[in-house]
Amino acid sequence: MSDITKQSLSELVKNIKEKKLSSNEVTKAFIDRSEKSKELNAYISEDYSSALEKAKKFDEKQNLDLKLPGIPIAVKDLFCTKNVRTTAGSKILNNFVPTYESTVTQNIWNEGAILLGKLNCDEFAMGSSNETSFFGNVQNPVDKNLVPGGSSGGSASAVAGQLTPITIGTDTGGSIRQPASFTGIVGLKPTYGSCSRYGIVAFASSLDQAGPMAQNVKDCALLQEIISTYDSKDSTSIDFKRNEYSKELTKNIKGKKIGIPKEYRVDGMPKEIEELWQKGIQYAKDCGAEIIDITLPHTSYALPAYYIVAPAEASSNLARYDGVKYGFRAKGENLIDMYEKTRSEGFGAEVQRRIMIGTYVLSSGYYDAYYLKAQKVRKLIKNDFDEVYKKVDAILTPSTPSSAFKIGEKKDDPVSMYLNDIFTVPVNLAGLPGISIPAGHDSKGYPLGLQIIGKAFDEQNILNIAYAMEEKISFKNKINDWWIK
Amino acid sequence: MSIDLKTIKHISKLSRISVDEQKAEKLAGDLNSIFKFIEKLNELNTDKVKPLTSVAETTLKLRSDEVKSKDIRNEIIKNSPQDNEDYFVVPKVIE
Amino acid sequence: MSKDKLEYLISRKDNQYEVIIGLEVHAQVTSESKLFSTSSTKFGAEPNTQVSLVDAAFPGMLPVINEFCVKQAIKTGIGLNAKINNRSVFDRKNYFYADLPQGYQISQFKDPIVGEGKVILDMPEGQKEIGIERLHLEQDAGKSIHDLDPQSTYVDLNRSGVALMEIVSKPDLRSPDEVSAYIKKLRSIMRYLGTCDGNMQEGSLRADVNVSVRAKGSKNLGTRCEIKNVNSIKFMQMAIDYEANRQVDLIEEGESIDQETRLFDTKKNETRSMRSKEDAHDYRYFPDPDLLPLEVSNEFIKKLKSEIPELPDDKKKRFIKDFKVSPYEANILVSDIDTAKYFEEVVSKMGKNKDIKLAVNWITGELFAVLNNKNLEISQSPISSKNLAILVNLIKNGTISGKIAKTVFELMMDGDKDPQKIVEEKGLKQQSDPKALEALIEKIINDNREKAIEYKQGKEKLFGFFVGQAMKASGGKANPQLINEILKKKL
Ligand SMILES: [Mg+2]
Ligand SMILES: [Zn+2]
Repeated sequence: MSDITKQSLSELVKNIKEKKLSSNEVTKAFIDRSEKSKELNAYISEDYSSALEKAKKFDEKQNLDLKLPGIPIAVKDLFCTKNVRTTAGSKILNNFVPTYESTVTQNIWNEGAILLGKLNCDEFAMGSSNETSFFGNVQNPVDKNLVPGGSSGGSASAVAGQLTPITIGTDTGGSIRQPASFTGIVGLKPTYGSCSRYGIVAFASSLDQAGPMAQNVKDCALLQEIISTYDSKDSTSIDFKRNEYSKELTKNIKGKKIGIPKEYRVDGMPKEIEELWQKGIQYAKDCGAEIIDITLPHTSYALPAYYIVAPAEASSNLARYDGVKYGFRAKGENLIDMYEKTRSEGFGAEVQRRIMIGTYVLSSGYYDAYYLKAQKVRKLIKNDFDEVYKKVDAILTPSTPSSAFKIGEKKDDPVSMYLNDIFTVPVNLAGLPGISIPAGHDSKGYPLGLQIIGKAFDEQNILNIAYAMEEKISFKNKINDWWIK
Repeated sequence: MSIDLKTIKHISKLSRISVDEQKAEKLAGDLNSIFKFIEKLNELNTDKVKPLTSVAETTLKLRSDEVKSKDIRNEIIKNSPQDNEDYFVVPKVIE
Repeated sequence: MSKDKLEYLISRKDNQYEVIIGLEVHAQVTSESKLFSTSSTKFGAEPNTQVSLVDAAFPGMLPVINEFCVKQAIKTGIGLNAKINNRSVFDRKNYFYADLPQGYQISQFKDPIVGEGKVILDMPEGQKEIGIERLHLEQDAGKSIHDLDPQSTYVDLNRSGVALMEIVSKPDLRSPDEVSAYIKKLRSIMRYLGTCDGNMQEGSLRADVNVSVRAKGSKNLGTRCEIKNVNSIKFMQMAIDYEANRQVDLIEEGESIDQETRLFDTKKNETRSMRSKEDAHDYRYFPDPDLLPLEVSNEFIKKLKSEIPELPDDKKKRFIKDFKVSPYEANILVSDIDTAKYFEEVVSKMGKNKDIKLAVNWITGELFAVLNNKNLEISQSPISSKNLAILVNLIKNGTISGKIAKTVFELMMDGDKDPQKIVEEKGLKQQSDPKALEALIEKIINDNREKAIEYKQGKEKLFGFFVGQAMKASGGKANPQLINEILKKKL
């Protein structure tokens, strides 16, 4: 069968179940394409030979009741994978090989999936362009020298470039939705507490969520169904009734009330984004949804609050990387000297910057003015959402304030880089689910995404809305395989 | 408010990341522009707002008091940059 | 004794100084597994064999709290007559150290699980109440070993993550003796509750001691110094004494006291500066985002209350009332749960016609002496409560004399022998048959005619001679009271 890698997850699963394809064939196809795609730099670690072994094993003793029967999947290198190097995109974990598996990845292996390798990401998931990775920047398959977004940049690039049929990323402030939008794929950030954080290298514990990234909404729903489980190993995992998202998926969204928040019309937003948004509103109407103007008054405070909360938590979460138990250690004359050199040489500039911000906002004399203030603002942002959800079922916004930009373009201006996440961050602060779907192109032919934000635990609803709109939009990614010679 | 080099040195010490003069200058510049952006929060009066630390609106679940973890010393120590099979080894601590 | 005499004051020339002490006691919670992980807490294991991925802070590892440790903290709070908080929060205390794998300690800062309480101390001058500021749960750190290698420090994480209760007192303590009584009282309460074994050698109980001094009569608090991690009562007392005198000397010389953290050097018997306030740690406490607030319902607390055993103060009252022991004796008997248990077992096994006073004397006298000599805890006593009860009864019902009892007691120690059997086997039963004793005495008088006449003529000292002869003739078994009576009659 030709063009295996062009098939969606659902098609691959169907073909394997109908024995039209073997796991070995599928795995080989994705490995071949991955091998030809080194220029994208999507992988940090490849695990091809053991993937092929696993595929052969699967084919020998096929269990076709599984949801991901022999499907090869590469995952973000933030998930700890047993006996496979896990770096979080950092020099400090360059040689770290976990002896354990994250719950989320275990869930997908339990459904028959096979690990292809570990995908590039911003260092410790801190970035919006995948330029902070110790393993180099990732190319966007859409165009050469274009960032794929971040921090799940390798994941987005790998799905868009068809190096993996689906993947999982993590999203702390937009790290699934923003790269999904930049590469023309679907990405879901689930409700906080939906997917276990056990075994995921932590960035900001109160915001981090793992989530699926796929070529279409249906694949995304299937993957979400698999990775979202209650886990007693994560104290913030929430035990709620989870839907069978892929089975319950419907395009019937008639009568759904969708809110349009006026605060997302920000200064300097390109006209193309505004037009895309209007088109999206029209599509939603076409699907039978009711559009309601809403206000989320504290939206513009979300990003400043985020840049206090996330670095504060990160400064503490990253304290364990000290050269004592695992990872990189620099030579030092004494313990403190070793610490300071290890962390100075082991962490990249952006990570150091955020650790410094976090340390500062928690330090004596500044806690109330910054950290506590940000927690209060976080409450106000959550209140905004609680208030509008009395009137609407979901909210529709652009995913990002711009399309993908060139590598290096924003690298030296942290604030302009941070502004990438202006539409995605409020969702993390409020712990809500949000999905980005590709919805059009800008004048350069770069993809643009729309974001649908749901109520907590209401993933099914936003998946349904996305599913319905996806059909109307009928997006086609303009990827010409420029990197394959 | 502005973050001076003394402050940078102080937080570098707290965060155990060494910073030379050049790096300190760069960090001071970056942090000042970031904090200028963050200062926007001061527009809001939050005196009567209760801080939100976790969006998970449940309470802590408790586990039972059982020993499940076995002796995995080899597994634990395997990844360490320096050890002597029994202990993690670090450069001398100087108070 | 006047109250003044008991006051601990430091005198220099015409000035007298009062010493203000507050304690932060770290008590290891008795539990099978650690506070946030499932590794064992057993003492004395090989290094790094009780370390889980969570304890060693591997990437992606998360804390999950141990319910039993929460219950233990609440029970201790109840034992300290303290307010139990329905909602408490775990915070991170951030600092770097080789034996702190996470780079932070999970502790409770703003909202501890237990609030204000109090304990009562029995001091020679009377009772004294010591306020408890709070009790919170936190993780222990690992152990850094500095003296195994000249270039390196070795790290053992076995203790990393073990649950501790930090019990913070108000600055209500005024002397090394009060500190000793306070620690002993806390230890006693926790051992009654089974929440901490109080074993100071194994580090289950240690304290940070805050010391300040002020001119006697002053109401202001002086600048305090914190002496870190002192692990015996004796060292606490020595450290306080040294530190208080050091501070007084500084004041006398017109110098000021720096607020600082100090270390007690047990070899030199002095405290020395660890770090001053300027380079004090900035711990950057903030709520741990990996954990949610801990909520405990009133029903939960009520249920734990119903499981609380009788505590030393109540036991003492009951002993005085029911057993008519003196307050002094009651204090000795209740101070340690195992002693109280032993005593109550003896009392219950003595049956109806019992002599409690005699039992108390034997426990606090002979038995304590033996335990002390052999360096044993009462729980390891070579003589069981059952056999001690039998022994006391044998004395009480006249089967053996107190003197013989001491011989029997010695013999009992060899394998906790039944004293009844020893008495029978060795024929140590007291001779209490008046007829037999009369015959025995008549023979002695006949054999010592001249002395009997001398006695009758007024040489009363000779009475003792006849008693001695009678005892000797009976092999020490004669009932001395009967001998007395019969001799008086016959002479
Ligand atoms: Mg302390
Ligand atoms: Zn403590």
